[in-house]
Amino acid sequence: MTRRSVKLKLPVVGGRDRNAERVEACTRAGLERPMDRRGFLSGLATTGVAAAGAATGCGETDWDGFFQKHYKEMSEKDKHDVFARIERRSSQAYGREVRIEDPPAEEGVLFAFCISLSVCNGNRACVHACVQENNQNREPAMQYIKVIELDRGTMNLERGDPYYEGEVPRPGKVYLPMQCNQCDNPPCTKVCPVEATWKEPDGIVVIDYDWCIGCRYCMAACPYEARRFNFASPSVPAADINPNQGYLSNRMRKKGVVEKCHFCLHRTRKGHYPACLEACPTGARKFGNLHDPSSEVAQIIKNKRVFVLKEELNTVPRVYYYFD
Amino acid sequence: MLAYLQYWGAMLRHAFTGSRTYLAWLCLLGLGGVAGALSYAKQASEGLIVTNMTDQVSWGAYIANFTFLVGIAAAAVLLVVPTYVYGRKDVKEVVLVGELMAVSAIVMCLMFVIVDLGRPDRLMHMLPGLGRLNFPRSILAWDVVVLSGYLLLNLHIPGYVLYQRYFGRRPSRIYYTPLALLSILWAVSIHTVTAFLYSGLGGRPIWNTAILAPRFLVSAFASGPALLIIVLTIVRRTGAFPVQPSVIEYLRRIISLTLPLNYFLLGCELFSEFYTDSAHALSAEYLYFGLHGHAELAPYIWGGLLLGLSAMGIIWAPRLRSRPRWLMSACAMVVVGVWVEKGMGLIIPGFIPSPAGDLVEYSPSLVETLVSFGIWCTGALVFTAMVKVALAIERGDLRRSGVGPQRLSSWPARPPDGSQVSP
Repeated sequence: MTRRSVKLKLPVVGGRDRNAERVEACTRAGLERPMDRRGFLSGLATTGVAAAGAATGCGETDWDGFFQKHYKEMSEKDKHDVFARIERRSSQAYGREVRIEDPPAEEGVLFAFCISLSVCNGNRACVHACVQENNQNREPAMQYIKVIELDRGTMNLERGDPYYEGEVPRPGKVYLPMQCNQCDNPPCTKVCPVEATWKEPDGIVVIDYDWCIGCRYCMAACPYEARRFNFASPSVPAADINPNQGYLSNRMRKKGVVEKCHFCLHRTRKGHYPACLEACPTGARKFGNLHDPSSEVAQIIKNKRVFVLKEELNTVPRVYYYFD
Repeated sequence: MLAYLQYWGAMLRHAFTGSRTYLAWLCLLGLGGVAGALSYAKQASEGLIVTNMTDQVSWGAYIANFTFLVGIAAAAVLLVVPTYVYGRKDVKEVVLVGELMAVSAIVMCLMFVIVDLGRPDRLMHMLPGLGRLNFPRSILAWDVVVLSGYLLLNLHIPGYVLYQRYFGRRPSRIYYTPLALLSILWAVSIHTVTAFLYSGLGGRPIWNTAILAPRFLVSAFASGPALLIIVLTIVRRTGAFPVQPSVIEYLRRIISLTLPLNYFLLGCELFSEFYTDSAHALSAEYLYFGLHGHAELAPYIWGGLLLGLSAMGIIWAPRLRSRPRWLMSACAMVVVGVWVEKGMGLIIPGFIPSPAGDLVEYSPSLVETLVSFGIWCTGALVFTAMVKVALAIERGDLRRSGVGPQRLSSWPARPPDGSQVSP
């Protein structure tokens, strides 16, 4: 496979990154922003008006939201009512009709990602697609995927650079995209004091955004820096909202809760690929069902030399890396 | 019921009357609390964006102060043990001060945890019945249980004793001694569980060490007595209660053992980190020497160490420690030194470098500083008021009208003229 040179799409900044010089350096390099300025401003105008409404609670306090049950304790009727209320409130706040779905985990499915480090060229198209698909906060910017530029010859993440810029791939470099590893033995779910995050039967670690109390213990526990926190009220320009939303995945979040990659479960549980995979121009990403021996991921794990990050921590990640 | 309300009325009246200095002190603390509350209002409306925390450094000054204060709360045990296990009468006289210090410290801990939450409105998700407390899997759930239990124990014991004495009755031992003994184990548990919060995380090598809980306890048993010496000396100077010098000396001896032990344990930690020199030593390297030119915490931690080590010198030197002023300064240095070492000096380097190798530094924002300051002021206000009332009841000055001011024979066991008994 030829390694195409691709212009970087956007500066990488953490959910909230105060390392100002680096971020500024990225911005100053004249990289394309995730949205053009005019689009952003008009979006802001819509959200601004809507946010003002939301701030005053649209004239009423959200008591239903206050007393909402934990996801696992909701009956089918509860879910129906809650999803309807979230749809209503989202459209009030953002001026866009959205649809909340909740596709269940399928029997006999265990999702996994395989990422070829020989093929990934660090173009960050996955980062961009993920932000779009999952309605992540645009201001301050939040991204689930972090691509680390490493020197050839080392796998030491500490020597890596997540803030690289310019034409990629650069000679002598390897690019390693990091996101939630959907661990089989997740340290994050264990520590949550209120069970707001748990592992689903198909291996995806999910968060009930309406149950999270925002203590951020899971962020301290995660060895992959996968979790992000909504330090401020998230703002997504109405025009950029993805209206196809999952309760446990990409629905609109609120201030003060934790979120992270969920393998696009609103897509993947319905047979589609995750947004990052579809956007990847190199084909470095492979996704599928580990329990299906004929699936691409099962074949890769069987036939290639794969490795996982920080195996010594016994987290048993479901994101495998390999070289071709 | 009416008598009970009158009891509270009398206590509140007494808490807010006093000398001009006393009232000025209360006003000052109150102003600090108000400044904190106003800053918190800003944080509550805008979100934690007003702090300097990031996705990389996701805990900061709030959790650092919380950790330190759990230690202060646990240190009450150092007065409880000689009182209830060894029956030391001089310590028994002031054990209430220790227990009330524990109460104030736990109240501050809870405030620090609540201001750190992104969604304090969902606190009820932790309550049994209403919420889903992840017990026993989450160590934070354990912490909620042990901290609230410790708060209740330390509210009950002095509360019961003072209530009985106010009405001129003799407190019945069966209602507080077993609980006081339980509170000894409980005190150890609160700081152990708080250490397990950190030491149980495999992804943060600097915390993932078995001696974190012993270190926490030992440093708490240095900073706690230091704070108690300061408080008891002030109580003595103001004439609120004739604290016996033997109590101060007892606490000083404890510090003279625990403080060196604390630095020994720290040395053990540093040896494993730096002699092994694995990739896991990076956080320690960042903390003490800086990493890739980032060394924001280095002067902070060295300053803390310098304070602690100098205090150790003073506390050991017979000539210096016998001068109250030197002893007081040494105690203040111990408190600040331990606060630096197991507050931000422990929490922040856990996040640096981040698991993905990112290096983002942290220092608290103005809002974080003011909120933290406000919580300290509120805690000190609560503590001052409670101690003033407790000592007045203890002295026999605050009594239900009709009950004589004379001391009861068993509590405290001291001659009524206030003269000192040699231990």
